[in-house]
Amino acid sequence: MSNAQTSVPPPTRTATTRNLGLIAILGSVVLALLGLFFTAEDVVQGSSVRIMYVHVPTAWVAYLAFVFTAVCSAGYLRGKKHSLNLDRLAGASAEVGVIFMGLTLVTGSLWGRLSWGTYWDWDPRLTTTVFLFVTYVGYLAVRGLGGTQQQRAKRSAIVALFAVIEIPLVHFSVLLWRSLHQEATVLRPNGDVRMDGLMLFSLVFGVAVFTVIFAWLVLHRNRVLALVDAVEMRGIDAALAARHAEGVPT
Amino acid sequence: MSASRIVGVARAVASKDLRIEWRSRVMTNQVLPFAAIVMVLFAFALDNDGILQRVAPGLVWMATLFASLVVVQRSFAVESADSAIDALRLAGVPSQGVYLGKVAALVVQLVVCEAVLAALALILYRVNVDRHGAVLLVTTCILGSLGIAALAAVYGGLSVADRGRETLLPLLLLPALAPVLIGATRATESAFGSDGARAAEGWPWVGLLAVFGAIFLFGGTLGFGPLTDE
Amino acid sequence: MSETSVVDVRDAVVLLGSFPALAEATLTIERGELVVVQGANGAGKTTLLRLCAGLVPLARGTARVMGHDVGSNRAAVRANVGFLGHANGLYADLTAGENLSFWSDVVGASRTEVAAAAHRMGLSERLLSTQVGRLSAGQKRRTALAVMAVRRATLWLLDEPHAGLDAPGRDEIDTLLRDAVAAGATVVVASHELERSASLATRRIEVVGGRIVESGGHS
Repeated sequence: MSNAQTSVPPPTRTATTRNLGLIAILGSVVLALLGLFFTAEDVVQGSSVRIMYVHVPTAWVAYLAFVFTAVCSAGYLRGKKHSLNLDRLAGASAEVGVIFMGLTLVTGSLWGRLSWGTYWDWDPRLTTTVFLFVTYVGYLAVRGLGGTQQQRAKRSAIVALFAVIEIPLVHFSVLLWRSLHQEATVLRPNGDVRMDGLMLFSLVFGVAVFTVIFAWLVLHRNRVLALVDAVEMRGIDAALAARHAEGVPT
Repeated sequence: MSASRIVGVARAVASKDLRIEWRSRVMTNQVLPFAAIVMVLFAFALDNDGILQRVAPGLVWMATLFASLVVVQRSFAVESADSAIDALRLAGVPSQGVYLGKVAALVVQLVVCEAVLAALALILYRVNVDRHGAVLLVTTCILGSLGIAALAAVYGGLSVADRGRETLLPLLLLPALAPVLIGATRATESAFGSDGARAAEGWPWVGLLAVFGAIFLFGGTLGFGPLTDE
Repeated sequence: MSETSVVDVRDAVVLLGSFPALAEATLTIERGELVVVQGANGAGKTTLLRLCAGLVPLARGTARVMGHDVGSNRAAVRANVGFLGHANGLYADLTAGENLSFWSDVVGASRTEVAAAAHRMGLSERLLSTQVGRLSAGQKRRTALAVMAVRRATLWLLDEPHAGLDAPGRDEIDTLLRDAVAAGATVVVASHELERSASLATRRIEVVGGRIVESGGHS
C-alpha cells in the first residue's frame, strides 16, 4: 500500500560516505598544514594571504552548490516520474550553499580588514555573493511554504531555475557597475595574488578538499530530508486510519 | 495553444486590469502619493541640494522599486479577492496569456509612476534634462519597467496564492531586480547629466536593460503557469 | 461504471498539507445526473469537488473526469468543467456585463452566447451595468453561473451555491440547475440543506470522514 515515493535512499553509513568523510578529514589536516606552515607569505600582504586557502574554496563550493541545485531542479521538472529525491538533493545543496556563502562573505570581509583595514569595499565578486546569499535565502523560504511534497518540489524547482539565471546577470551588472569606478591599481586582497607553485597547488588542493566536504554534507543532509519526508508520509497513513475511524458508514 | 489565443487572452487580461485600475484609482490615489512622499523623505534624509541632484537617478529608481512592490501586490490582490485567478486557471485559460496580460498592465502602471517620479526629480532635486536626455529617459523608463514587471508578475503570482505569503514578495523580488536597478540608474544618470555624464553614454545601458527584460519575460512566460498551478 | 461515466473516482486520497481531506473515496457519476453531496464541515465535500475540477493533486488512487485522467494531467480536464466555490471569481470593480465580456473574450465565446447566458440566468440590462461590488449575494451568484454557462461547461461543480441567499434566491438557483441538466450538463452540488436537496436531486451521496456513502434517493 505504501507509495513508491516514500522509498528512502540507502543509509549513508555506507563505505562510500565513510571513505568520503575520512578523505575530508585527512585532506583538511593536510590543507591546514600547507596553508598555515608550508606555503610562503605574500610579498605585499604578509601572513593574511593565508585566508585565501579557505576563502576561495568556500566561494567555489557555494557556486557549485547552487549550480547543483539548479541541475537537480531541472532534473526534477523534466523527469517523467518527478522524483522527490532530486528535489531533496536540490534543497540540501542549497542549504549547504547558503552556509558556504556566508562563510565566503565572512572570510572575504576579514581578509579585507587584515590586508587593507576595511571590512567591506564593494569588490564585485563579494557584492555579487551578497545578492546570491539573499536570493538563496529566499529560495529556502519558498521551500518552507507548505503544501504537499510534490507541490513544494515543483514550486522550489522553478524558483531555483530563476535564481540560477540571476547568477550571471547579477555578476555581470555588478562588474560593469564597479568598472565605472577607477579601482586602485594596487593589488586587491581578493585576487591578483602572485602565487608560486606550492601556493597554487595548495589552492587547488583546498578546492578539492572543500568539494569533498560539500559532497559529504549534502549526502547526509539529503538523508535527513528523506527521513523527514518519510515521517510525514507515515503520518499520513496514520491520519488516513484516523479519518476512516471518524466516519461510520451506514 | 495557439499564439493568437495567447495574445487574445493577454489583451483581455491587460485591458481588464487597466479598467479596474481606472475605476478604483488605487494607483493615482495611493501609489503615486506614496512614491511622491518617498521622494520628499529622501530630501529630508539627505539634506543637501548638491548631493540630491547628483544621486537623483538612484533615488528615482529606488522609489520605483518600492512602488512596484505595492503595485504588484495590488495587481494580484485583485485576482485573489474573489478567487478569480483560480477561476482563470480552472477554465483552462492559457497561463502564458494571463502572465503577458498582467505584465503589460504592470508596465503601463509603472511607466506612469516613473513619469511622475522623474517630474518630481526635475522639480524637487533641480535636475535638468535636455531633448537628447529626454529620449533616453523615456526609453529607459519603458525598458526598465518591462524588466521589473516581467519578474514582479512571476513572484507576485507565487506570493499571493496563499495567505501569509505576501511578505515573501520583497525578499524574492528586490535582489532579483538588482541588474535592472544598476542598468536603469546608470542610463538615467546620463539622461540627467549627473556627474558630467553625457546622454550618449547611456544607450549601452539601455541595451542591457533590453536584454534583461527579454530574459525575464521569456523565463516568466514559461514559469508563471507551473508556478501558480498548485 | 460505464466507459462513458462523467466522473469515475476510485480510492482517491487528496492531501491538504499532510491532512487527508479525501481518504480513499470512491464515486461514479453518469451523464445527466444531478447529484447532491452532503456531509458535515470538514468531511471533504469541497475537496471532492475540487478534485473533479482538476484543482488539487491526487496523492493516491485514480480519478477520471470526462475521460481525462486527473491524476496525471489536471490541466486537460479543466476546459469542460465549471467550478463555483464559495467565491464567485468575479472582479468587484467591473460591472456584471464587463465581467461576462472578459470571460467570453478569454474563452473565445461570441457576443450572442454571452447574451444568451445572461438571459438564461435572468440578468437584466440594469443588473449588467452595475458594478459587481454593489450586487447582492444572489445576483453575484447568478452572474457567476452565467460565466459558467458562457464557458460551455458540461460538468458543473457547485460548492454550496445556496449559501448566503434568501429563500427566493435559493429557488432561483435550483431552477437554474435543473435547466442546466435539461440542457445536457451534469451537475454536482455540495449542500448543507437537507430538505431542499431532496426535491432537487436525482441522487444523494454523503461524504463522511473523507469517503463516500450513498444515502439513497436514486430515481
